[in-house]
Amino acid sequence: MKTGAKILVESLQREGTEIIFGYPGGVVLPIYDELYDSSLRHILVRHEQAAAHAADGYARASGRVGVCLATSGPGACNLVTGIATAYMDSVPMVALTGQVPTNLLGNDAFQESDITGITMPITKHNYLVKSAGEVSRTVQEAFYIAGTGRPGPVLIDIPKDVSTGLSADVKLPEKVTLRGYNPTYKGHKRQMEKALQLLAQSERPLIYAGGGIIASNASPELMEFAMLASIPVTTTLMGIGCIPCHHPLNLGMLGMHGTEYANFAVTECDLMIAIGARFDDRVTGKIDTFAPHAKIIHIDIDPAEIGKNKRVDVPIVGDVKAVLRDLLSLMKKQGAHEAWRKKIKHWKQHHPLKCPTNGALHPQFIIRTLSDLVKEKAVIVSEVGQNQMWTAQHFCFHNPRTWITSGGLGTMGYGLPAAMGVHFARPDVPVFDIAGDGSIQMNIQEFGTLASNQIPVKVVILNNMYLGMVRQWQELFYDHRYSFTELPPVDFVKIANAYGIEGMRVESPDDVLPALQASLDCNGPFVMDFRIEREENVFPMVPAGAAINEMIGGHPPS
Amino acid sequence: MKPHTLSILVENKAGVLSRVTGLFSRRGFNIESLAVGPCEEPDMSRITIVVIGDDAQVEQVMKQLNKLIDVIKVSDLTDSERVERELALIKVTAELGTSRAEIMQIASIFRASIVDVGAKTLILQVIGDTDKIDALEKLLRQYGIKEFVRTGTVGILRGSKTVTSGK
Ligand SMILES: Cc1cc2nc3c(=O)[nH]c(=O)nc-3n(C[C@H](O)[C@H](O)[C@H](O)COP(=O)(O)OP(=O)(O)OC[C@H]3O[C@@H](n4cnc5c(N)ncnc54)[C@H](O)[C@@H]3O)c2cc1C
Ligand SMILES: Cc1ncc(C[n+]2csc(CCOP(=O)(O)OP(=O)(O)O)c2C)c(N)n1
Repeated sequence: MKTGAKILVESLQREGTEIIFGYPGGVVLPIYDELYDSSLRHILVRHEQAAAHAADGYARASGRVGVCLATSGPGACNLVTGIATAYMDSVPMVALTGQVPTNLLGNDAFQESDITGITMPITKHNYLVKSAGEVSRTVQEAFYIAGTGRPGPVLIDIPKDVSTGLSADVKLPEKVTLRGYNPTYKGHKRQMEKALQLLAQSERPLIYAGGGIIASNASPELMEFAMLASIPVTTTLMGIGCIPCHHPLNLGMLGMHGTEYANFAVTECDLMIAIGARFDDRVTGKIDTFAPHAKIIHIDIDPAEIGKNKRVDVPIVGDVKAVLRDLLSLMKKQGAHEAWRKKIKHWKQHHPLKCPTNGALHPQFIIRTLSDLVKEKAVIVSEVGQNQMWTAQHFCFHNPRTWITSGGLGTMGYGLPAAMGVHFARPDVPVFDIAGDGSIQMNIQEFGTLASNQIPVKVVILNNMYLGMVRQWQELFYDHRYSFTELPPVDFVKIANAYGIEGMRVESPDDVLPALQASLDCNGPFVMDFRIEREENVFPMVPAGAAINEMIGGHPPS
Repeated sequence: MKPHTLSILVENKAGVLSRVTGLFSRRGFNIESLAVGPCEEPDMSRITIVVIGDDAQVEQVMKQLNKLIDVIKVSDLTDSERVERELALIKVTAELGTSRAEIMQIASIFRASIVDVGAKTLILQVIGDTDKIDALEKLLRQYGIKEFVRTGTVGILRGSKTVTSGK
């Protein structure tokens, strides 16, 4: 006989878990006692939200299921933002929470909160385990659900008496089968043939590539498909990295802060092939004017995404990798769409992203300098706001899973803890967190986790002393009325130093490269406080509710 | 916009009903009626939900329902040949004298049965589709309805077609 806590730790290891991010408390004491001499690595964070984001960062960078652990009540509630963040971006994660003993459930017991009720709308599934004998089976199912189909977070709530309760080993099936859960992986042959027919007839095709390609590890297939048929590719914020930035077919990001040429191409294409992308409103702008001349093919593993926001002509439900492989096997080399590509080339030449150079310290320049310095040997994580958009626009990403950001929920405070998780997935490369001065202060306590574990995350704070993205909207759409968006100056280097972390303040463009180099030369974590142009904006920009070719801050029509 | 009758086969587990109903409210749907109970499989339950929406909205809700791990099968019965029934219990004011006789006459036209006879009230039990029960309620209103209880609609396909597991 073994305790539920022991079974839990063994089950996690059986699923291949190497590391968990967590924070202890009363009802998880039996689990922590089990972890004390386990080979399973545990990282103590400084706030449970960070545990969830770290597990999420680990998952996005590695493609494996990330695991976090918190106590009941306040601990579990602190995970909520992190779970919602993972849910919106389809990240595989298992969140473990302690719960009051089963005999006290529903009693408003000390530190009781109904975390399965609270997380029902933000998890792919969740469990309240009622006996030690259910633990191993539940963990097996949770990992299976989190990591297959459209990935997502799964929560397991474990009452204290389940952790201390005893059970014999339960024989587990080789493979999990759930009669209510059978994701479709292979595309429908007829639909795929229809898609290829549309492609053969198209003169101006465009691939709209999303996070599903990264989730499916299908970049090689995407590249082969795009190249075989000479189809230009635009990526969502979540799809960045699925095609190298400098590839001639790559148009960069589309949508609200997308490139002008990507948004022009969307507006003029006659065939849109949406692959693992979900027609988010940040992408489409006014939905009726999105790809107005195009027939639409939509490949997605989640049938609920197909036709949700936009009517499609050819739906293909399936795993991107499997579908693209099948399409490739059915496909012949196609026309080169030369006129279309020439047009796009012209747009690219005449509407490049702008990078101001006037002697002041501009964030775009910092990102480009970093990009040139680290090239493809880094993973870049961001916070949320202007910092995120400048990075998405100006950093040159070469590979999938090297760009980690909170897209769907847009969670400020995501970056720093996620970067910690990324480090454990990719210890071979430096990990940078690109931050704003607002976002970094949402989880700045994690400097403590960086310091005590010597996690070598390099923090780039683009410090404008504003909640910059909100200030930009106030400038443009609220008549410059900066209502509660100014932040007083903070000496981030001193804060870093107080935690025992090295840091540097940078105020001129000449000092950017040396500072970034110093961060790389430092073995441990490093914090850089860049005092940037305070009222720099992110352009181009599609105002809310406008058509995506109606951008402001772009170039005059050519 | 029209009423759709959804037949949902679910795992018979704690919390399943709140997963299903929570999804409706979250997506901005009002449930018109709801009926839950055991079904032909011992470890499953069947939920019948009537919801009003256009076809695209209802299709989206069905797809979202299908994503719930504990949901085994979802079918929209609306456009198929089917039998739909609900049951209502109606407590009507019925003083001795003419109104009582009238009410009993109405009941027999609707094939409702009188299941309780009190000094001042009668309780009618009626089974039928929504329209029939609405019609009876309307007729009885003039006598004074003291209490009106009705189950949700349950529905089943006609002929040999079924809504069973095997999603
Ligand atoms: C400040 C801010 C500004 C933003 N501006 C922009 C912007 O300008 N442009 C932009 O693009 N985004 C922007 N976003 C992000 C935006 O909110 C969405 O998160 C993003 O557009 C969604 O990306 P996606 O469509 O690739 O979907 P994801 O959220 O990445 O979803 C992936 C899709 O792929 C499917 N999928 C998953 N796995 C598989 C598989 N194996 N096979 C097949 N399909 C699979 C899923 O079902 C889902 O439909 C912004 C966010 C913030 C916070
Ligand atoms: C937790 C959270 N609260 C509020 C917001 C709304 N919001 C979006 S961007 C932003 C400003 C971000 O400021 P900062 O981190 O300084 O970055 P900047 O835009 O200046 O680069 C705010 C408040 C959010 N996305 N997340």
